[in-house]
Amino acid sequence: MKKVKFVPYSQLGDAWMEPQSFARFTRTCVIWQLFKFARYNLQIIKVLAKGH
Amino acid sequence: MAKVVVLGSGFAGQTAALNLRKSLKKKDHEVTVITPNKKFGYVPSWVWVGVGKMDVSETQFDLAPVYKKKGINYVNGLAKEVHVEEQFVTVDLLDGGSEKVEYDYLINATGPRLAYDMTEGLGPDHGHTVSICTPNHAAEAGEEYLKMVERMEKGETVKMLIGTGHGMATCQGAGFEYIHNIAFDLEQRGLLDKAQIKWISNERMLGDFGVGGMVIGKAGHIVSGKIFAEASFMEQGIEWITGAAVTKVEAGKAHYKTVESSEVQTEEFDFAMLIPAFAGVPIKYITKDGSDITGDLCAPNGMLKVDADYSSAPRGFDNWRKEDWPLTYQNQTYKNIYAAGISFAPPHPISKPAASPDGTPIVASPPRTGMAAGIIGHVVAMSVADIVNGKSSEPEHTASMGDFGAACVASMGKSMTRGSAAVIAMYPVVPNYEKYEYGRDMDATFGDQGLAGHWLKALLHHLFIYKMKGKFGWWLIPD
Ligand SMILES: Cc1cc2nc3c(=O)[nH]c(=O)nc-3n(C[C@H](O)[C@H](O)[C@H](O)COP(=O)(O)OP(=O)(O)OC[C@H]3O[C@@H](n4cnc5c(N)ncnc54)[C@H](O)[C@@H]3O)c2cc1C
Repeated sequence: MKKVKFVPYSQLGDAWMEPQSFARFTRTCVIWQLFKFARYNLQIIKVLAKGH
Repeated sequence: MAKVVVLGSGFAGQTAALNLRKSLKKKDHEVTVITPNKKFGYVPSWVWVGVGKMDVSETQFDLAPVYKKKGINYVNGLAKEVHVEEQFVTVDLLDGGSEKVEYDYLINATGPRLAYDMTEGLGPDHGHTVSICTPNHAAEAGEEYLKMVERMEKGETVKMLIGTGHGMATCQGAGFEYIHNIAFDLEQRGLLDKAQIKWISNERMLGDFGVGGMVIGKAGHIVSGKIFAEASFMEQGIEWITGAAVTKVEAGKAHYKTVESSEVQTEEFDFAMLIPAFAGVPIKYITKDGSDITGDLCAPNGMLKVDADYSSAPRGFDNWRKEDWPLTYQNQTYKNIYAAGISFAPPHPISKPAASPDGTPIVASPPRTGMAAGIIGHVVAMSVADIVNGKSSEPEHTASMGDFGAACVASMGKSMTRGSAAVIAMYPVVPNYEKYEYGRDMDATFGDQGLAGHWLKALLHHLFIYKMKGKFGWWLIPD
């Protein structure tokens, strides 16, 4: 299956957003992801704290 | 001496049983779990079992030693009848025979009945689709999936259809995880171009997830989650059909209607995993004179009614409020009966209901995720324990889905170096437009995707299995 090519243009118009090479790189960049990991944990603690 | 009986050993039941045992003195009070399971199953990881990336045994542990250690009575069977006035449950034991279990307080945490029968031809046992909703089904799905991989390796193109198999199904999140794990695995194997992967769902739009979708703050903008969901599909070349009610499945064919058209359309597939509608498990509620009052105590789908405002449904989407949602999960007719987790009847959907032009309802039903099930199991246990310990006469611990949030880590690929997951947090689960401009607190509502999400998902797997085993300090781990 080719990627975006087969998605109808009307749907692309709705929500066209594709990660470029830098965004793709950050997704698996360990140092950046370690930072994100800490951030996710804090964010989840925030949600938990609000509900308790 | 009080006898507290918990039906079910999923997230809600196990959380309730452990918390009850922690709060009620062993020599004074009995805690009993009735469950047909011999093992606890960590449901969120069944997505990985379904793509052959994890052995089902890694998601399970034996319940008997845990209950023995904790001093919880274990009845291995299926609850059949609740005698509401005489206060006992009849149980069909797994080893044969039946047992009568008496209770003073009853917590129904039996989760969903997987209602494949509501869609002709759906499901792995009598139908044509696989499932990841039980450990055995997930293992079978994994085997079927690997057969598809073999076909692709031989050069065949394979059509895969993933999503929901009924107009009122829920649990789109599990389907979302499954379709992304398939796409990720095929990409890793260099086979993505051999698969035509399609999503079909009753969600009005991608990213609805039965919670009416969500908006998040990104790069200085407030953005619809739909954009991120669609982008994630486009990136893997996944096509989608939304606002669809699958009405019938035949070998290799799924028939469906949409909100736009009542004309039955057909999608062909070689491999399909479609989540069924969820209903309440078939437990009968019987009075002293033998009358069956199940219809009075339960919603039409068989889920147990609690302290929600069930008169709110006909008021319509625009008039639904967070106050419609239950606080204590106490049945209002028999106040010593509670429902926790998926087994309680929601007052109405969270997402805006729709229908096909000929009236087939099409709406993603409200999800009660593992976290919600755990939170509800916990507060119900605390309320019952306080009443038993004489600290209160009414349930005082509350947890409305309009007041607590949810954190969801949706796997999009299993690998410690290349994997990914969407991390979604929202507060509250039920949007409150009176309080928040966008329905939810933008400070606590967010979404992101990346490898760290997978690390979190992997961590949660071990953390929650540890907690559910009731090991040292288990209660420090949040629900
Ligand atoms: C594939 C998949 C992936 C998921 N991923 C996530 C995720 O990543 N994060 C998340 O938060 N949620 C996730 N969920 C949802 C989550 O698993 C459920 O919300 C949660 O399991 C609900 O817990 P519960 O205790 O209410 O029900 P269940 O977990 O279904 O437990 C019900 C229990 O009751 C028992 N029972 C049934 N009938 C009877 C009877 N008659 N008598 C006695 N016992 C009975 C069952 O055997 C079981 O032990 C996922 C769901 C699926 C299917």
